[in-house]
Amino acid sequence: MIEARSLTKVYGGKAAVDGIDFQVKPGMVTGFLGPNGAGKSTTMRMILGLDRPTSGTVSIGGRRYQGQVWPLHEVGALLDARAVHPGRSAYDHLRSLAAANGIARARVDEVLEMVGLASVARKRAGGFSLGMFQRLGIAGALLGDPGTLLFDEPVNGLDPEGISWIRTFMRSLAAEGRTVLVSSHLMSEMALTADHLLVIGRGRMIADMPLSELMARDSGGRVEVRSADPQRMAADLRAAGAQVTLEPDGTLGVAGLGSRQIGELAAERGHVLYQLRDVTASLEEAYFRLTGESVEYRAAVPVAS
Amino acid sequence: MSAQAGTVPHRGIRLDSRLRATARSEWIKFRSVRSGPLALSATALTVVAGAWLLGDANRGSYLAASPAGQAAFDPVFTVLQAIELAQLFVGALGVLTVTGEYASGLIRGTFVATPQRAQVLAMRALVFAVVVWACCTAMSFAAFFLGQSALSPAKHAGIGDPGVLTAVSGAGLYLTLVGLLAMFIGVLVRHTPGALAALFGILIVLPVLFLSIIPGKITQNLGEYMPGQAGEQAFHQLHSGAYALGSWPGLGVLAAYVAVAAFAAFALILKRDA
Repeated sequence: MIEARSLTKVYGGKAAVDGIDFQVKPGMVTGFLGPNGAGKSTTMRMILGLDRPTSGTVSIGGRRYQGQVWPLHEVGALLDARAVHPGRSAYDHLRSLAAANGIARARVDEVLEMVGLASVARKRAGGFSLGMFQRLGIAGALLGDPGTLLFDEPVNGLDPEGISWIRTFMRSLAAEGRTVLVSSHLMSEMALTADHLLVIGRGRMIADMPLSELMARDSGGRVEVRSADPQRMAADLRAAGAQVTLEPDGTLGVAGLGSRQIGELAAERGHVLYQLRDVTASLEEAYFRLTGESVEYRAAVPVAS
Repeated sequence: MSAQAGTVPHRGIRLDSRLRATARSEWIKFRSVRSGPLALSATALTVVAGAWLLGDANRGSYLAASPAGQAAFDPVFTVLQAIELAQLFVGALGVLTVTGEYASGLIRGTFVATPQRAQVLAMRALVFAVVVWACCTAMSFAAFFLGQSALSPAKHAGIGDPGVLTAVSGAGLYLTLVGLLAMFIGVLVRHTPGALAALFGILIVLPVLFLSIIPGKITQNLGEYMPGQAGEQAFHQLHSGAYALGSWPGLGVLAAYVAVAAFAAFALILKRDA
């Protein structure tokens, strides 16, 4: 379990991470979500003892990272997959990490096999694709068979096959009872991977809740209606106090009335309905609603969506 | 695989096994990239081939020189002075050993694996120093013997002559200290170009400034205590004029500079965010 208390990091008078509290629990994938520059990477670096918190504390299994003698047996991390000497082979890169924590050479071969890099292990890493770097980074994180894993933007720049591989991999790590924290700025990715979400914006914790709860919370109560006579239907709905938008294909978006009331109204007025559907907001929309206030840099003119 | 962390290799961890693990990791890193062998080969080529060329070129000029000139002729320094050029390769290697990891971001991976940062720096310096010292000492002896045979029949030295063994082994120590100075400057500056500029400024520009551009006895004396100038006295057989410090005191002065740089490097590597 990872636990942060009033964790704060100030750079040049500006709080990159502003007094956040959270717990990351074992046995599930926790998504660490937020726009670029929200403080995700800074938080991860503080968890790993790379950056010193300005105030507050963060611990893994109740202990500070810096105090660990053989940390790779407790914690594995993928921060920047490209952080490998281009002239060093994947095998030697992992060997040096393993040696630093008394991990046997056989384990290096094992993790290379697990991530599917065994055939290129002796090649110099400079020629690797981004996907291969990500696999190498994950192999490094797994070296010590740790109970806690941190992945910073692991799917960035990957092809769909690589993304699905990492997703499956993270889910299986969590299923084995490990603590898995994955950061991303892509809500759509988190929707498929995470069980629990920590949403951060401008250094503050905006939401800390199960994924299902976040999806349910902001559905906004919209109903989609398709009927034989959309114009007359829209007029009747407006007369009943609903806000109605008419799509070019004749679909009506209705707010202010529930699907049950709309159905009853349609029956009273003799409408033929083809479809009546409650619309849950997409996770993306819920995320935008949450972080809308906290995006650091936004275009002056909002892009039409 | 268990839910909890894998078994820790040594319960009741002792410092020496942690140190050994760090040293082994640093050794694997050092030997698994090409920059080490490349820089050391360039150093060896410069020092050894330089010794032969310098010996050959100085044979004639010695025989043609005045008696006073012949008396001041230092056959050891004459053939080893290519070190002044070769030190740039060792220095560059020292810088890159540190700044390379900062440039790629690997330094974070290193500190995640070994949060004991002082230990990482100490073991990296140790591995570097042992390898560089062994190679540079061997090449200094090779250069000495080759250079003396090229000097003959002009005044030349035998390894048993007074001060010669000190001077030749001092050459290996000098290059090692320059490499360490470079490594610690690399820690302080963290960027390759800046660290190289700082190092070459200290080794090349400072002495020129003190010994040539600014005239006067005081600057002359101060110039003698610049890191490169002081350390170079290690591989002189004759100590006079600007080289009056002597081999061991000269190396001592250079070592003091290295110690100051090391102190600052350890302090900063512990304090700064990685």
